[in-house]
Amino acid sequence: MNINNTIAKTYIFSNKKLTGVAVLGVLLGMSVYIFMNSLLVGFDKSSNESIFRNTSHIRVYKDDEISKVLPKNSPEDFIIINPKVVPNNTTIINPKMILEVILRQKEVIVATPQVNTSVFYNNGKSQISGLSVGIKPDEANLMYNIKSFMVDGNFDLLKSTPSGIIIGSGISAKMNLAIGDNINLTSSKGINRNFKVVGIFKTNNSAIDKTKSYINLAASQQLLKEGNSYITDINVNVNDPELAEQVATKLTQITGYKAEGWKQANETVMATNKMRKMIITFVSLTILLVAGFGIYNILNMTVSQKINDIAILKAMGFKGKDVIKIFVTQAISIGVMGVIGGVMMATILITILKKVYLGGDIGYFPIDYEPQKFLQGVVIGLIITFFAGYIPAKKAANVDPVDILRK
Amino acid sequence: MKAILKTENVDKFFYQPVEFQVLKNIEFEVKKGELLSMIGKSGSGKSTLLYILSTMDTDYKGKLFIDNQLVTGLSKDELADLRNEKIGFVFQFHYLLAEFSCLQNVMIPALKLGKLPKKEIEERAYQKLEILGLQDQALKPASKLSGGQQQRVAIARALINDPLIIMGDEPTGNLDSKNTDIVFDIFQDLTRNYGQTIIAVTHDDDFAKKSDRIIEMKDGQILK
Repeated sequence: MNINNTIAKTYIFSNKKLTGVAVLGVLLGMSVYIFMNSLLVGFDKSSNESIFRNTSHIRVYKDDEISKVLPKNSPEDFIIINPKVVPNNTTIINPKMILEVILRQKEVIVATPQVNTSVFYNNGKSQISGLSVGIKPDEANLMYNIKSFMVDGNFDLLKSTPSGIIIGSGISAKMNLAIGDNINLTSSKGINRNFKVVGIFKTNNSAIDKTKSYINLAASQQLLKEGNSYITDINVNVNDPELAEQVATKLTQITGYKAEGWKQANETVMATNKMRKMIITFVSLTILLVAGFGIYNILNMTVSQKINDIAILKAMGFKGKDVIKIFVTQAISIGVMGVIGGVMMATILITILKKVYLGGDIGYFPIDYEPQKFLQGVVIGLIITFFAGYIPAKKAANVDPVDILRK
Repeated sequence: MKAILKTENVDKFFYQPVEFQVLKNIEFEVKKGELLSMIGKSGSGKSTLLYILSTMDTDYKGKLFIDNQLVTGLSKDELADLRNEKIGFVFQFHYLLAEFSCLQNVMIPALKLGKLPKKEIEERAYQKLEILGLQDQALKPASKLSGGQQQRVAIARALINDPLIIMGDEPTGNLDSKNTDIVFDIFQDLTRNYGQTIIAVTHDDDFAKKSDRIIEMKDGQILK
């Protein structure tokens, strides 16, 4: 072993208590950093997951373009008495071609047409208002993973049953509906149709469970008295949800219809996420930094205590950089011990918390081992340790042996 | 006898609190195998001169030659290497590293030099400790020894790289008369039998009288 390392090692082990305290500081800072950041990732994942159950990455639709008010003194002005602002048609014209164009983009995984209808669910005397979503079952399942939150019935039956319906668990409970029962839907256009319950889903978001149902696309077009080219929305999923906004801009330019990314559609949730991220990052970095101060303090003390040793070593031919190596080696050793301990501690904490059941929309505590956060923590931890050691080491390296030895 | 160390026109100034010339035009030579004592009242500049000779103090005017090589103007790292290889130090206080055993303390400069394998360095360290009559204490922690023994370990450490010169700043200053005699005898033995060159700053007139040559300093100048 190199003599510098030998000296560093001896200093570390000759004062076990101080070293232990410094290691413990790094260990705690490290584990809290990794833990909190993994938690952050978990929160984001769970919030995204609940968003993506109901929202696609991108929604392409015809934006309401309000007709322009006739300008004063135009030739038509005098013909129309008491003009009103009338919303334009909200259908997508030639949806098949638009779909093909969208699917040709390399980022796009799934694109599926959808027709949303406001309906009343009627069963006997009870009536609930809600939203019925007309879907192509296979494509919609690819997009929302509906099968994963089905609690009863068979999702695939929707394909073979033109008048099948999959209802939220809240509707089923309120109207006492089981698989195979009939339910009557009244649309906003006054159309009445009977549907047969083929499945029940539960998203744990009670507002959705109490109002939402899935039906076949064709059925929803009938409810609206429209033909089979009537499409209000085309939903698109892309391979990287984080890039949805860029792809949306591109789709707007290509199709001429409004394409909205999920972040834009969920601005409140995004703002909350951002806030959470800022707070957790700030707090966890501060904790790591404090651990760095611990190392700095202890090394500063060691340098003061060992000032005679430093002087004689320099007299005997140790260079400034040797002295720096001795003290930085100490800091890094403390750091490495703390980091290893911290990684283990964080793993234990996450393992325990993963098993805690919270219920509701979230279920189990949304935390997982995030390799990226572990790596990030280790790197930041070591960088902080290095500088916490380097500053006192630099001071030690600048000791003038003559000043000390002449006393 | 050839000169191992030589100075030419060395001047040194202190600027704090007021400008003051500590050394004036110092010119002298040290020959190989000499036991040289530097004496003088405190403030005469003898310690200041020693630290310039040791290459640790580089803030002076004039020229310093060690082993016929001009040392003045070398970088700090070059000087560190030079000290490691060619100069051994013994101070008033032993400056042993308390956490290390005597043997390890003696080995440190040789490990730093890195010319020999560790095994050989250890053997040499034992030899040096034996010369100083400390072979039994080799594995004890340095802090457990008596003052005289510690000073002898420090001398063994100064010897480990077979330096050209040993420089001592009051090497017997903290010792009682018995240990002073022991240290002096060791110095004399080293110069007579091993051809070692030793420069020592001392207050001890007995020590000085017994040495081969005395340089007396007054007001920054060499008297004789």
